[in-house]
Amino acid sequence: MRNAELSAMSYLTRSPISVDVLVAEVSSSACGGTCLFLGTVRNGPDEQGVTAIEYSAYEDMVDAEFGRLLADVRGRWPEARIAVRHRLGTIPVGEASIAIVAAAPHRAQAFEACRYVIEGVKQRIPVWKKELRVDGSEVWVDPAGHPTPKPSHV
Amino acid sequence: MATATPITVRVRFFARYAELVGRSEAAVSLSPPATVGDVVRRVREDLPGARALPERPLAAVNMKHVKLDAQVQSGDEVALLPPIAGG
Repeated sequence: MRNAELSAMSYLTRSPISVDVLVAEVSSSACGGTCLFLGTVRNGPDEQGVTAIEYSAYEDMVDAEFGRLLADVRGRWPEARIAVRHRLGTIPVGEASIAIVAAAPHRAQAFEACRYVIEGVKQRIPVWKKELRVDGSEVWVDPAGHPTPKPSHV
Repeated sequence: MATATPITVRVRFFARYAELVGRSEAAVSLSPPATVGDVVRRVREDLPGARALPERPLAAVNMKHVKLDAQVQSGDEVALLPPIAGG
């Protein structure tokens, strides 16, 4: 199957994300603060029976754009060390679709760099998701318009 | 007067757009000079199902985000990107 084997250098994976591996990647005796962000598949009150989300991507561009995003981070926080993985494929509720670990000499830089990466992902990284719902329906998610319950007056 | 040689770009569709168009890529030929917006117009006119694509989608050329007035060259990979929903 195409894309079954993703490059070892990729920011993408089709397997559950190992936080320990990412933390180890950025671990440094010079870093006194490490910030972890996990984005997980949600089935809250605003969702309608989501059982899983199917993630797909423009995979080559994801890696290129992550490279540019992390170069921006290095420009802003030269001492920060970042590890990031985005998972693709069908991810059940409760499991992580993305993990970002930012380590820096001090906590403020770690928090800021981590936040910068996830906000950049939301704006720039070409990944898409389709909600798989308990009633068998499938819905592409448009963050600009989601969640948008159908208006009752239409 | 000589007619300019047409340029051919590879257009890629992803996620919902691939479903709407029923394919993941297409080759599109245009007269130079041409922009990403010209590629979008041609795709919407020529490919079945592509009329459902927005007139002004997000786009990338050779894996970089671009605006629709960006020029395209022969051999470019032009990607039409649904609203980004990663993370």
